[in-house]
Amino acid sequence: MGLETKPLSTLHERASYEPADFEVPTGREEAWRFTPLRRLKGLHDGTAAGSGHVVVEVDPAPEVVVETVGRDDPRVGAAYVPRDRVSAQAYASFEKATVITVPAQAVASRPTTVTLRGQAEGSGEGAAYGHIVVKLEPLAELVLVLDHQGSAVYADNVEFVVGDGATLRVVSLQDWADDAVHVSHHHAQLGRDATFRSFVVTLGGDLVRLSPSVSYTGPGGDADLNGIYFVDGGQHLEHRLLVDHSVPNCRSNVTYKGALQGDGAHAVWIGDVVIRVEAEGTDTYELNRNLLLTDGARADSVPNLEILTGEVAGAGHASASGRLEDEHIFYLQARGIPFDEARRLVIQGFFGQMLEKIEVEEIRERVARAVEAELEK
Amino acid sequence: MSTLEIRDLQVAVGDKAILKGVNLTVRSGETHAIMGPNGSGKSTLAYAIAGHPKYTITGGQVLLDGEDLLDMPVDERARAGLFLAMQYPVEVPGVSVSNFLRSAVTAVRGEAPKLREFTKELKGGMDNLAIDAAFAQRNLNEGFSGGEKKRHEILQLELLKPKIAVLDETDSGLDVDALRVVSEGINRFRESGDTGVLLITHYTRILRYVKPEFVHVFAAGKIVEEGGPELADRLESEGYERFVKASA
Repeated sequence: MGLETKPLSTLHERASYEPADFEVPTGREEAWRFTPLRRLKGLHDGTAAGSGHVVVEVDPAPEVVVETVGRDDPRVGAAYVPRDRVSAQAYASFEKATVITVPAQAVASRPTTVTLRGQAEGSGEGAAYGHIVVKLEPLAELVLVLDHQGSAVYADNVEFVVGDGATLRVVSLQDWADDAVHVSHHHAQLGRDATFRSFVVTLGGDLVRLSPSVSYTGPGGDADLNGIYFVDGGQHLEHRLLVDHSVPNCRSNVTYKGALQGDGAHAVWIGDVVIRVEAEGTDTYELNRNLLLTDGARADSVPNLEILTGEVAGAGHASASGRLEDEHIFYLQARGIPFDEARRLVIQGFFGQMLEKIEVEEIRERVARAVEAELEK
Repeated sequence: MSTLEIRDLQVAVGDKAILKGVNLTVRSGETHAIMGPNGSGKSTLAYAIAGHPKYTITGGQVLLDGEDLLDMPVDERARAGLFLAMQYPVEVPGVSVSNFLRSAVTAVRGEAPKLREFTKELKGGMDNLAIDAAFAQRNLNEGFSGGEKKRHEILQLELLKPKIAVLDETDSGLDVDALRVVSEGINRFRESGDTGVLLITHYTRILRYVKPEFVHVFAAGKIVEEGGPELADRLESEGYERFVKASA
């Protein structure tokens, strides 16, 4: 159970909008022990100057309402209260929030894309902070793409409020430049019979720490959290998931797969699932797989499942990290397929079933090309 | 006309010597059966020829038309005309049968087959082996039954048309119907042209369907007796006992 002896359900209890309510992390905390703090460029200890820029552009479907609002808008911070120091720092520091609303029963006719473009030219230009609220009113449907590009030191919080019977599908693409630092919380709050599908793709950046979380406010909520990452030498890509089942008869499924290659490539995956006393009839499964393609790469994978009720429909987790299987490569090579192509086929196979889950065709093709490009390195 | 010539082949796994000097020549048009008790090194012979990384060659040569296969990487051996039908084909997640077969055929033939022609060829090959068309979309060997895996190996044999095929216990784990289908596939391959077959088996059952001209008995890492089809009949009635005792 790692360094902590406290139950999982208490690890995420502290919540505040004020950075001062959280101690500055030292790296010994359970929540920070895998993250190289010195590479956070001061996001965690208040020393980052807020002089950086990330430009947010929204290309909305016609049924969608997009607003830029100030800090005092009541919709901001309504679904999510920061649970760590950097998240609170982002909340305390952003100037304008983007609010995307899909009216009740409206079905967005095409994907809505939010492009977040870091403007830094080289490091040392300071940090930027952001906040996005995506609100689906009852029975609304939306496909949303968050596309992170360019260079930045960026911390933000994203709130997904999925109303009763609504369906939100999100693809979040972390396609940053090599020197970017991104610390982000994505929180989804699911209403009764709401459906949430998240697909995270993390490829770029020096350090990315993304924490997707899900809570339920009514029964029948259904969340799929999928992700893939490709970690190159020197990169630190960390995904920390929390699904908090506090309502009966909800479902969650978490599947993250990553490949690592190169010296100092480091992937961290934390999958926390809590099934509280009230959450009878919960059905949950979480899985993480890592493929280590070279020496010098490291994957930390920690699934945590805490069940506080005796009445679950299903609960399980699995984690496996390993190398390319010699037997797979041998089989393909024994049929005349050259080594490089055999390796590419096996890695594509490893990710392949995941890519099919990306709902937006252009993004699916772009991710497939990006994975292909990673394999050429 | 092709010749596979195994000369004084010695193979180890780790520090343990498994093959202790194997000599065997297979010419196209010939079918050789290698029979022997479990643990005699039959499968080691098959995998060492194909180049599996687990096996270390400690001596000897394996020449295909004069070229030493042991100097080539695994994929080059296959492209040179060697095929190994595996006893336990591995499951490869996420790689579809059709994608795999197209990649293999492209590699071995040196150019990508035209899609329409390949589709037709594949369908014909699958029909012959009573393989359901839906198979092409499934992941390689994933969830295949024992019989399905073996039929899929023979499908590859027929598509890749090697000069020399080594079939490692292709008959094991098959019921009589599946054995007949697989044997028909092997016989089609034998009749299709200039090809040689090295059939490795523990049981004589498959030899009723695929008739060898030469039978070799393998024990303790080498060939200990050779003969014609009558040797297989003798093994059928006597078993391997005298070879196991002799080598113990």
